Amino acid sequence: MTTRSIQGEKNLRKIDQASEDGIGRSPLRPDGALKVKGEFAYSSDLWHEDMLWGTALRSPHPRANIRSIDISAALAVPGVHAVLTHEDIPGSPYYGLEFADQPALAVGKVRHQGEPVALVAADHPETARRAAKRIAVEYEVLTPITTEEQCLDPGRYGYVHEPHEYRARAHGNLCHEQRLVAGLGVTDEVRALADVIVAGEYEVGMQDQAFLGPESGLAVPAEDGGVDLYIATQWLHVDRQQMAPVLALPEEKIRLTLAGVGGAFGGREDLSMQIHACLLALHTRRPVKIVYSRDESFFGHVHRHPARMRYEHGATRDGKLVFADCRIVLDGGAYASTSAAVAGNAASLGHGPYVVPNVRMQAISLYSNNPPCGAMRGFGAVQAAFGYESQMDRLAAALGMDPVELRQVNALAQGDVMPTGQQVDSPAPVAELLQRVKDRPLPPPLDPSDRRALPGALSNTSHGEGIVRGVGYSVGIKNVGFSEGFDDYSTARVRLEVIGGAPVAMVHTAAAEVGQGGVTVHAQIARTELGVERVAIHPANTEIGSAGSTSASRQTYMTGGAVKLAAEAVREALLERGRRRHGWTHGDLALAGGRVVSASAGVLAPLAELLGDEPIERTRVHRHRPTVALHPETGQGFGHVQYSFCANRAVVDVDVELGLVKVVELTAVQDVGRALNPLAVVGQIQGACTQALGLAVMEEIVVTDGKVRNASFTDYLIPTVLDTPPIPVELLELPDPHAPYGLRGVGEAPTVSATPSIVAAIRQATGKALNRIPVRPEHLTL
Amino acid sequence: MRVVFTANGRRVEADDVWEGESLLYVLRERVGLPGSKNACEQGECGSCTVYLDGVPVCACLVAAGQVQGREVRTVEGLTGPDGALGPVQQAFLEAGAVQCGFCTPGLLVQTDALLARDPRPSDGDIREALSGNLCRCTGYEKIMDAVRLASARISGISGEGGGA
Repeated sequence: MTTRSIQGEKNLRKIDQASEDGIGRSPLRPDGALKVKGEFAYSSDLWHEDMLWGTALRSPHPRANIRSIDISAALAVPGVHAVLTHEDIPGSPYYGLEFADQPALAVGKVRHQGEPVALVAADHPETARRAAKRIAVEYEVLTPITTEEQCLDPGRYGYVHEPHEYRARAHGNLCHEQRLVAGLGVTDEVRALADVIVAGEYEVGMQDQAFLGPESGLAVPAEDGGVDLYIATQWLHVDRQQMAPVLALPEEKIRLTLAGVGGAFGGREDLSMQIHACLLALHTRRPVKIVYSRDESFFGHVHRHPARMRYEHGATRDGKLVFADCRIVLDGGAYASTSAAVAGNAASLGHGPYVVPNVRMQAISLYSNNPPCGAMRGFGAVQAAFGYESQMDRLAAALGMDPVELRQVNALAQGDVMPTGQQVDSPAPVAELLQRVKDRPLPPPLDPSDRRALPGALSNTSHGEGIVRGVGYSVGIKNVGFSEGFDDYSTARVRLEVIGGAPVAMVHTAAAEVGQGGVTVHAQIARTELGVERVAIHPANTEIGSAGSTSASRQTYMTGGAVKLAAEAVREALLERGRRRHGWTHGDLALAGGRVVSASAGVLAPLAELLGDEPIERTRVHRHRPTVALHPETGQGFGHVQYSFCANRAVVDVDVELGLVKVVELTAVQDVGRALNPLAVVGQIQGACTQALGLAVMEEIVVTDGKVRNASFTDYLIPTVLDTPPIPVELLELPDPHAPYGLRGVGEAPTVSATPSIVAAIRQATGKALNRIPVRPEHLTL
Repeated sequence: MRVVFTANGRRVEADDVWEGESLLYVLRERVGLPGSKNACEQGECGSCTVYLDGVPVCACLVAAGQVQGREVRTVEGLTGPDGALGPVQQAFLEAGAVQCGFCTPGLLVQTDALLARDPRPSDGDIREALSGNLCRCTGYEKIMDAVRLASARISGISGEGGGA
């Protein structure tokens, strides 16, 4: 057997590019060569001498009391080294991102199907799985609480969390509620001001992040009684913060190193196997690896909240919005996860990128016995966008207006005030984005000669007959960074030293590279700020302060900002050394091409000479400007750091006889503030558009009575390259004066905006109302 | 059981293989070739695509015992003996076709097979050939660019534009 390094150093490569690979360019990914060689060490690739394989036994029932657990038969299986239940947890059994309401292993009851009940460590993964099946759990099965009506009537249907064990801030089966009132709210007097009123009820199914790299990691017990965990996650430090009380270890004895991450999209914000692997490793004193199967992955992470929404909009005859009235009900499932923040986003962004003088919003997240839901790319803004954009089309139809024009008439712009009372104080080119996407050339008409381009594609369901084309538009708004008063920061350490005669910058952060290319951008920033060619990216770990989460479109802004600050500090220290040593008095010193230069005096010194054998290292923390919590009743407050906008046009061909949809083209125009790496920015937008396409016409975790019906890639369909159309992208770069380099977080806005454009296009082709996503064939034909 | 086969031109042996083990498990866990990825274990995602006697297959669907005496080529085998990237690898890297990279090994093998049988595929041909390989990050646009770029280079056509 080949021994592989468990160290993240394997994924570390020096970038040896010209300094022109600074910001604004698109240099190669520093991890790219390893990835195309198959040598990049993902969390599921790790190996350690003497390691065991862990697995979890999960509940088949969405709601049940546990009468007894008998592990004796499992323990007797040859090759099994440990079988653990909650009784083996040394600390508190509960953890959670916002509320510690989730047991690491079930304590007396299970609240959702797939809840972990017991753990097994064995010398072969199949042995572990087989042993887990021999654990005898006696359940008292209860009727699950799954619908809004059941959740909101606990007196009749019961509690997901009994009142005495309840940990969230709301009450009953209500996990969180955010209300918002702007202007006069929505009263009879306000309604009377509208010439036209349209109302609709909308529903969004449960979407899965479906990252390809399964949850996995390797826990190695340490001699100091602590544990080293090599893990695919979105936020090392918050993992550790949740793990420590359960493992009953001080945080410094839990050391996390980022292993290769195979995508995330929000699904790795919550813990999955982290605590389980550490419990088994600390118990057996052996390294323990856990890798989820795809089936287990569907049960092992939170999903996008399914939503039911009611919207009512009023407008004057010329299309000016008078009011928006909205109620959004999000099913958070059994545990809180990030439900409160998701509901906060739904309420504060739920009116869309529009100026609406009078608003009344209510967003609630429920506890239920359905699968737990939490973060997924777009985070509460996705669900709402399907509601408000469907309403815009409905309103345009009622007014006899062009749907793009209606949106432009009401488009948010810099200086406008959000319903939260927050003034938008950086560019918000909503009307321009819409105009640009509308002005893009349309794709050529249907060519039925290549059936692969038709709805049904290789299934050979049509040769062009019964196919109708439709075009739809949409625009969306997403917040960037952690909102509502969260102390959001990132830490970076930059070290400049001479290696092999040349200056090399080492960048160390705890930021989780999940595929987005943060490592590329951090290196670009170091090059730009320090004028060096060579940059090395240190493995992300908990030896340095937190970088915050790789989510909320925030890492280029936050950790990029921290790298910038640290590099600037290094530069200043270096120049100060030069001034001290050489008496430089120039006011125009800069670092470029590996030298200290002055615009007036030319080259002053090579960096290598100034550095000598005295490296300069600086650590800096970057905070974005503070926000405040939204008032729970009025929703007022400076709640968001930055807004991100994207407009889309979808062109679809629909086989109206069979209800099959082919998205022909999905165009995106987005303001990115400044594209630090244009190739990566476009890649983010195209990837986000494709996930939005999935939500529009393909992706849903089907849950019946609390049970998941399609936990596999055979039954949960994500877009293939045949399902995905060309995605032309146009970037606008209007700098945000509050952000590093003027950049704007880019990764999420298209997941918010693109879905409604596709549904609008299908509506145009079919004339169907389509109030639910994903749109299915039966919605188009029955 | 013992399984002996050729992996990337090298004779490999795996001992104590359990009858239920897949080729993918043996590659990843027993012979030190973890480049092929396990993302679904049921042949839906294509992340584990390898050549088996020159034909692309999902290694997760091949029982280990079936490869006895046969020839396997994985993503690791696309790299030149000197460590230089092959043309498909290079094109994926340059075109921005790699984000998280978990789908990349399977896509590289599938693309390599496509261009071996058709160096100048149309967009429709590319989409059809790669339709068994899921990617969750890129939206496939940069992957299309990468295949076009590799195609242009392999067939010696100038005007390589793919990339930004």
